[in-house]
Amino acid sequence: MAIKTMIAALNEALEQAMRKHDNVVILGEDVGVDGGVFRVTDGLITKFGDKRVLDTPLAENGIIGASVGMSIAGLRPVAEIQFSGFIFPAMNQIVSHVARMRNRSRGRFNCAMVIRTPHEGGVKALEHHAESMESMFLQAPGIKVVIPSTPYYAKGLMLAAIEDNDPVIFLEPLKLYRSIKEEVPEEYYTLPIGKARVARKGNDVTIVTYGSLVKTCVEAAEQLNVQRMADVEVIDLLSLAPLDFETVANSVTRTGRLVIVHEAPQTAGLGAEIAARVAERCLLSLKGPVVRVTGFDTVIPLAKMESLYIPDVSRVVKGVRKVMEF
Amino acid sequence: MPKSNVASFEVSYWSILNEKGEVDESMKPSLSSDQLLSMYRLMIRARLMDDKMLKLQRQGRMGTFASILGQEAQIGAAFAMQPQDFLVPSFRENGAMIARGVPMLHLFLFFGGDERGSQMPKDVNVLPVSIPVGSQAVHATGLGMAFRLRNEPKVAVGFLGDGGTSEGDFHESLNLAGVFSANTVIVCQNNQFAISIARKHQTASFTIAQKAIAYGVEGIQVDGNDILATYAATLYALDKARSGKGPTLLEFVTYRMGDHTTADDATRYRDKLEVEKWKQKDPILRLQKYLEKLGVWNADLETKIVTEESLNVEETVKQYESYPKPDPSSMFQFVYEKMDPELLRQRELLLNHLQEEGTNHGH
Repeated sequence: MAIKTMIAALNEALEQAMRKHDNVVILGEDVGVDGGVFRVTDGLITKFGDKRVLDTPLAENGIIGASVGMSIAGLRPVAEIQFSGFIFPAMNQIVSHVARMRNRSRGRFNCAMVIRTPHEGGVKALEHHAESMESMFLQAPGIKVVIPSTPYYAKGLMLAAIEDNDPVIFLEPLKLYRSIKEEVPEEYYTLPIGKARVARKGNDVTIVTYGSLVKTCVEAAEQLNVQRMADVEVIDLLSLAPLDFETVANSVTRTGRLVIVHEAPQTAGLGAEIAARVAERCLLSLKGPVVRVTGFDTVIPLAKMESLYIPDVSRVVKGVRKVMEF
Repeated sequence: MPKSNVASFEVSYWSILNEKGEVDESMKPSLSSDQLLSMYRLMIRARLMDDKMLKLQRQGRMGTFASILGQEAQIGAAFAMQPQDFLVPSFRENGAMIARGVPMLHLFLFFGGDERGSQMPKDVNVLPVSIPVGSQAVHATGLGMAFRLRNEPKVAVGFLGDGGTSEGDFHESLNLAGVFSANTVIVCQNNQFAISIARKHQTASFTIAQKAIAYGVEGIQVDGNDILATYAATLYALDKARSGKGPTLLEFVTYRMGDHTTADDATRYRDKLEVEKWKQKDPILRLQKYLEKLGVWNADLETKIVTEESLNVEETVKQYESYPKPDPSSMFQFVYEKMDPELLRQRELLLNHLQEEGTNHGH
């Protein structure tokens, strides 16, 4: 086992997928010769050639639409959108076709493809380079949405996403690309899509989160533990669609308290859906209101105010204390 | 330095069979009498089906659909394709779709509001009808890219209308196809209208065919009511793509004789005289005249074909109207390959609700 960053884990996943399945094709802007602006596809064009790693023109909508056709022709495209903020031009293709081809044709055609893209903020980047629009995809039934939080999960989920016969939008928290290093198995392995993981076991309160804030929530949990304020269980969703509500419900039924943390704006964020389901199905277990710690209903600010927007450890701690002290 | 000319362009126009049924021998494609008769029969079938769907719609027995009246020469393009080629339609390609093996019943079902109409038979390489205008062009490019990358002798033929050429997908499809030498043919059925927007208001470009040139792709303008030309031009483009020489844009110049869809009233925005003028250019009439000159068509044969194809359509209507109602479960079954717990839960909700209400809503 080697210690790897998420970038290295993803690169390894892509290489192993391309070796194992000869119909996997990577496409996107700068993914070939340049190896991707974050180097996720580094070295792949040298190893596999330009018929399997395609440097495309600058056309997000065309990249995704072409991937629809390629997947129907029997390839497994892994399309990169350079930053998730640039996925918007492709929304028509994603919502109208990628998500619907299986349903529209009653299974005769389907889009087995992966759209991978750097996601969320926290690195003081330019406008549109820090977006969290995952909720928009959740309103388009037919796509899976996956968001790893560690290198180990990144590799296993990427390989699972590539093998999945449904289209997967694979969101890569760019803040975590190089900031976490851990042991990642060398071999080819998949992790189940649609299963959450317990990132930290606890008994007093459940935090449900995903992506770049998992690390923040675990830190908040440690702080609360040290201060003897709460024994926090942190659930990392990993898969936003399909959502592993069973793991959430089991935890909340036991702890009786729920705090949902996400960077995306509050209104109609995934937190709202989870809160509604908990109110619907776990009401009598609740010892206090469901608390959400989220991005505000504003555009994520540019660098100078970005840190005011993204939930940090102190805001998560405050959220937990609110329900603990109810 | 004095200015030099770095680029100019030319666009060819292909016309083989004219309104009088006369053929340009030098351009005539090699088709046997049987093949010509097959094309003719398919055109009759397509027109009868179209007419029947229209009548059914006015009686509330069919949903909104887009008539292909006057555009039956699209069948020429379909006829040139090989079984392994893919047809990527918009929503006005019923003729091409049945020519490529989509059962008429499927089209009745789809426009009648049943998703099973888009569940093409396994050996029929035709994608479902695409409603978002122009969006399917990039699918045709993606298919063609895959075929080229894998060196497969397959070609994707994507259709759109003159309206579709204003959408971004059209431009992205040609640009990508050009860069990757995709095994792709894009056919623009320029029927002069996008609902009420006449061709001259859709683009300031002199032809639609020339738009391809900007992407390094060959563009050819074709008499879209001339089935020999639509066949020959498509065959040319297919052969070219199949041999790795890249994509082509074909502009079929035709006319939408009917309304945009059954929900439209074209008399609000166009001239009756213009419609009358195009009746002379009818694609079926001119093929008939040619077949007559060849001694292959006569009035008796016409009666035979029309009778047989009318029965064919009637039989389809019977099947369509007696088709079992869709299973409510099917709404949930094809969202993913396998339903997840929440979908299963929602399906339960609906099925229980239907049972409790006692009504089956016809199911």
